[in-house]
Amino acid sequence: MAAIELTGLSTVYPNGVRAVDDLDLSIDDGEFFALLGPSGCGKTTLLRTIAGLERSSSGTISLGGGDVTRTDVGKRGVAMVFQDYALFPHMTVAQNIAYPLRVRRASKQAQQDAASTTSAGLGLAELLERRPAQLSGGQQQRVALARAIAMEAQVLLLDEPLSNLDARLRLEARTFLKRLQRELGLTTVFVTHDQAEALALADRIAVMADGRIRQLGTPKDVFQRPADTFVANFIGSTPMNLLTGTAHDGFVEVAGARLASPDLSLADGTKVVAGIRPEYLAPAAEGITGTVSIVENLGVTSLVTLECPGDVLVGLTVPEHEEPRVGTAMTAAPAPGRLLVYDAETTRLL
Amino acid sequence: MTFHAMLRRTLYTVLIAALLAFFAIPMLWLASAPFDSDPGVGLRWPDWTLDNWRITFEHPYALGSLLNSIVLCAVATLVTTVLGTLASYALSRVRIPGRDALLYVLLLLSSVVTGTAAMVPIFVMMFQLGLINSQYATGLVIAGGMLPAAIFILKDFIDSVPRSYEESARVFGASPGQVLLHVVLPVARPGIATIMVWAFVQAWGNFLLPFLLLRDVSGQPAAVLLRTLKDEGGSANLTVIPVFSLLYAIPVVALYLFVSKRYGFRFHGGIKA
Repeated sequence: MAAIELTGLSTVYPNGVRAVDDLDLSIDDGEFFALLGPSGCGKTTLLRTIAGLERSSSGTISLGGGDVTRTDVGKRGVAMVFQDYALFPHMTVAQNIAYPLRVRRASKQAQQDAASTTSAGLGLAELLERRPAQLSGGQQQRVALARAIAMEAQVLLLDEPLSNLDARLRLEARTFLKRLQRELGLTTVFVTHDQAEALALADRIAVMADGRIRQLGTPKDVFQRPADTFVANFIGSTPMNLLTGTAHDGFVEVAGARLASPDLSLADGTKVVAGIRPEYLAPAAEGITGTVSIVENLGVTSLVTLECPGDVLVGLTVPEHEEPRVGTAMTAAPAPGRLLVYDAETTRLL
Repeated sequence: MTFHAMLRRTLYTVLIAALLAFFAIPMLWLASAPFDSDPGVGLRWPDWTLDNWRITFEHPYALGSLLNSIVLCAVATLVTTVLGTLASYALSRVRIPGRDALLYVLLLLSSVVTGTAAMVPIFVMMFQLGLINSQYATGLVIAGGMLPAAIFILKDFIDSVPRSYEESARVFGASPGQVLLHVVLPVARPGIATIMVWAFVQAWGNFLLPFLLLRDVSGQPAAVLLRTLKDEGGSANLTVIPVFSLLYAIPVVALYLFVSKRYGFRFHGGIKA
């Protein structure tokens, strides 16, 4: 078990792409940490650099206080589960789980013991003699986790741990993964492009874009107060409304409406972007008015799209049975304290 | 059934029968002639005897040549498989400029290198190296001719082994040797087995190279000796040839059956199982 400390870390590919760009990050001992971002943002490269599969171009990586920047892969005490699990198809489940011990030339007895104790903890005891091809996706994932745990590493890295499972199984696996991490208390870093996964699992999230961290914080921070419009757009299962407008007398004027600004110090005429989550908008007497153009059923709630003056589209969610009719006019206002104002030029939160 | 349909069907059956006979009759000859008291070039129900076998076994070079074939093929197969696997692994994993061009040029040249065009230079080279009549050296030359094709085919197999297998093994601390031994070789095993059988069969049937490079009759493999099996009168020795041919065919068939049963000839890629 160990904390991870990255300072000034860059990973540049031979073709000149800066996949990880001068990145500082510290991950606490025992923390469940998510690297979140769209594909190509460098999150997987960062994970692979921590594992040692990619050479960092500059900066340092330290694990548990020891500098491992130039340590070879496999000697860092880092276990990793790959997106496709990478279970060896010619080995049984037991052989797969015991593989880290086989590499170290541990005795056959030690290998068997490791396979049976680790598999028991993950509900795989019955499957030890099977081959990976004879397992379901969820079982394969647990074998891959068991193999990583059997390595007794200080740090566990997971590359898109849930993406190869179907939607139903994914929820089960998510709960399982969170419980497992709590029980093991192992410093765990996982990569995902799915914001819901990151919000549900992680203690802290780093939202990445272009090889840099855009925001670092708890799921609550990241969801409630996205640091810039990129994060605001990326986090949340329904996209946040980002409405351009101007500041005036403590109000922001967007989509033909005047909304009370959370920041009263804004100079008149400042170009801003107002961010409101559809979940935080509710029908009201005063506020943003528009014509209901689309109603999408999300189960417990429905997502209503309003067409507002100036061809601006605003989304809000309404409880079931309260869906408005398409074509009718509707007015909605943000819940108190939920309106976020971003600088239109820097895209940063004001 | 109309007359036309019947005619068509009859013609079709006759054609298939003729084609079948064309391939089946030599096989039947091979099965029956070794046991016939008076084997000819025609096919007939044998007059059973084992005399041909006794005479073949007493032939001064027959059994020795089969042994020579086995040595020659073992060398050629081993060298082709081992070097082919290592080379194709490297070519599959390391990005070098012009890699594909290199592979195609190798493949193209390989048909020249051990083809008829290069016979004289190869002979002269081997002569000057003092390697005429060396079975091991001949095996090496045969392997050299097979390597490009072997690398070309094996590279495809190894390309289809996901890299995450190797990376996973490396994260668990495996050395490059362990990665190769524990992961790459077992996963690419069907491909390697295919190349092994292919190399063995190619070398087993190779006539020209051993004919040129092994001048001593006692060192010649079966494929070359077969040509010299003549009786005192100078015509084909039909007592020895059928038995010898049958013996000559057995290893290839046996190898095919063994490998097919043990590993199965399957090709990766394309369709997800």
